[in-house]
Amino acid sequence: MSGNTVFLEFLLFPGLLFTAVAGLLTSWVDRKVTAMVQMRVGPPLLQPFYDLRKFFVKETCVPEGGAAGLFLLAPLVGFAGVTLASMILWRALLDYEATFIGDLIVVIYLLVLPALGVILGAFASRNPLASLGGSREVKLMIAYELPLILAVLVPVIQANSIRLGDLVSAPAPVVSISGVLALLVGIACMQAKLTLVPFDMPEAETELSGGVLIEYSGPPLGIFKLTRAMMLFTMPVFLVVLFFGGAVTATGWWPKLIGLLAWFVLVALTIVIRNTTPRVRTDQAVRFFWGPVSLVALVAVVLAWAGL
Amino acid sequence: MSKRTIVPIGPYHALQEEPEFFKLHVEGETVVHLDIELGYNHRGIEKLSESKGFEETVFLAERICGICSTSHPIACVQAAEDAGGIHVPERALFIRSTVGELERIHSHLLWLGLAGHFLGFNTLWMWAWRFREDVLSVLELVTGNRNHYGMMKPGGVRRDINDTDIPAIFTLLESLKDPIAMFRDAVIEDPLLHARTRGIGVLSREKAIAYGALGPTARASGYDIDVRRDHPHAAYGMVDWDVITCENGDVFDKAVVRILEMFESIRIIEQCLNQLKTVTGPIDSNPRFVAPGEGIGHYEAPRGEVFHYIRSDGSNRPVRHKVRAPSYMNVPTNRETVLGETIADATIILAAVDPCYCCTERMAVAVDSPGGGRLWGAQDLIRMSCEKTYELMKESGLRGPAPPPYAAAGHTRNWGR
Repeated sequence: MSGNTVFLEFLLFPGLLFTAVAGLLTSWVDRKVTAMVQMRVGPPLLQPFYDLRKFFVKETCVPEGGAAGLFLLAPLVGFAGVTLASMILWRALLDYEATFIGDLIVVIYLLVLPALGVILGAFASRNPLASLGGSREVKLMIAYELPLILAVLVPVIQANSIRLGDLVSAPAPVVSISGVLALLVGIACMQAKLTLVPFDMPEAETELSGGVLIEYSGPPLGIFKLTRAMMLFTMPVFLVVLFFGGAVTATGWWPKLIGLLAWFVLVALTIVIRNTTPRVRTDQAVRFFWGPVSLVALVAVVLAWAGL
Repeated sequence: MSKRTIVPIGPYHALQEEPEFFKLHVEGETVVHLDIELGYNHRGIEKLSESKGFEETVFLAERICGICSTSHPIACVQAAEDAGGIHVPERALFIRSTVGELERIHSHLLWLGLAGHFLGFNTLWMWAWRFREDVLSVLELVTGNRNHYGMMKPGGVRRDINDTDIPAIFTLLESLKDPIAMFRDAVIEDPLLHARTRGIGVLSREKAIAYGALGPTARASGYDIDVRRDHPHAAYGMVDWDVITCENGDVFDKAVVRILEMFESIRIIEQCLNQLKTVTGPIDSNPRFVAPGEGIGHYEAPRGEVFHYIRSDGSNRPVRHKVRAPSYMNVPTNRETVLGETIADATIILAAVDPCYCCTERMAVAVDSPGGGRLWGAQDLIRMSCEKTYELMKESGLRGPAPPPYAAAGHTRNWGR
């Protein structure tokens, strides 16, 4: 494959452009369903695009005394991370010969970047509320990464590989007990990774007035929002790749339907959870992820080891 | 690590959209001290009231608070009636209670929604406010306005409730019972709401009494006070209802008290409306003047007891009008409840008293606070105003009197009256 094709793949499909558009549409679904749950009308289909355009024509304010360079670069960290992760995942789904050994680990690292970017930006902005939000984000990351990695281990054990191409061509882990348990853990961790209610304490509009993002405005804020929308699209894709593997890449049209359906159910679940729960405290979240969630994940790993 | 930082909530509250300033002194995420600064929006209503006729005073009292916009007028007209010994027809009393209780339902739904929003539970917020709209529509039907009803006047009420409107109000009350029961179940059964509100921001009964807490804030702590029962006014002595209390004084109990109170309000309104079918007669005794004397008026607003004092000298204006809104007593209890809690819990604890900052505004007096902020007292402001006037007069070439020698003399002088 020539360098040009890779470049195009990164910029257009399935990289930047595709993920951005799909992410914004997913965020519209989120907003529309949320509105319906809350007995409101909700925004028109293209509202996320209008919002993004608006962000890009607004002024960028850099807080006085903050680290200006880091403050402005931080949004790009997560943006690049989620774009790359999405591209690798989609290449695995479309053509599993095109994957490389260890790309699963690369994706896991790339999906950490959005949270890392938010933390960097928060601390660079030198605002007490942002710092508080940043430290909450750090604690939240420490909380959910452990069970997430354990959950990822289940498909890895079942397929006996850390290559996405092997994962998507192996039988779907979700038909086994261990796979179901790991998927549940994955859903909980996804909610935290997307910093949606009940795990939105880094932003916590009502406690920290926006927390990590409080000092951001204009294009950098737009990029953060875009990154968040892209994550909302990519994280369910990640779970579909991990837990539905072979079931969605087989030939024929119905596996693709299963994949689409699984993705949509995961997105819908995320939206429903975020609309039916209050925000928990950071200590409660840490206890939740290190207690019951990690335990379930551990049981899933042991079961997977036992071949269940 | 015990580095103390200040987390500001204010001077303009991001959510309650009112001017107040809470300085949370925190170590890590734990609140160790709270500074409360109010007085950003002092409107001088008591002074203004002295330049209004007794009937206009009621409209002014209505503007003290947009949410308690019938509680203040009821207390105000009761103070005037008490001062002048004015008789109020029975039908007017039932109408007063009806409007007052409708207001309580809409206020409690408003608080419930805000509490949900504070906890990040936006669905609860939207749903509570959705059903509040229905209550406002009925208020519009009854009074002509969704807020600021303009119903009260010394000696009675301004508008009658038509017999033809009563079925519509009953229909609304019926349709409200299910949603309120749903909110009750949602709050009492949701495990995550329990995790966020149970045992959080506890105000003990002793502290509630010591701070003079009022309304649902006091009743949630097991302090059984309610002026509707303790000093019956309007129609509250003529209908059957219960005072709701809880024991623990945490955020959860404050929510439970308010939700259960809505059921009591519905009971009261239903009885009042049934009475209105039989109690006929005038709605206004049309007093021509308020006889000289002093009067007090209580009303149990949604947030607690509203107190008005009026002194009349027989002219058409009050010579003194004193107002105390319930938040004035409830907001300081935050100093007790918020200590030792985390910032995450602080916002909901501060909101749990259902604060209404504009109603509590007083002229601030300089105090020695750990925050070190300098506040101006009333005398300072008058002196500064005099000095400024003197400066302007000098600039414009007009000669004026020298500023009064406050600082030197160290005494206060009664300006104006």
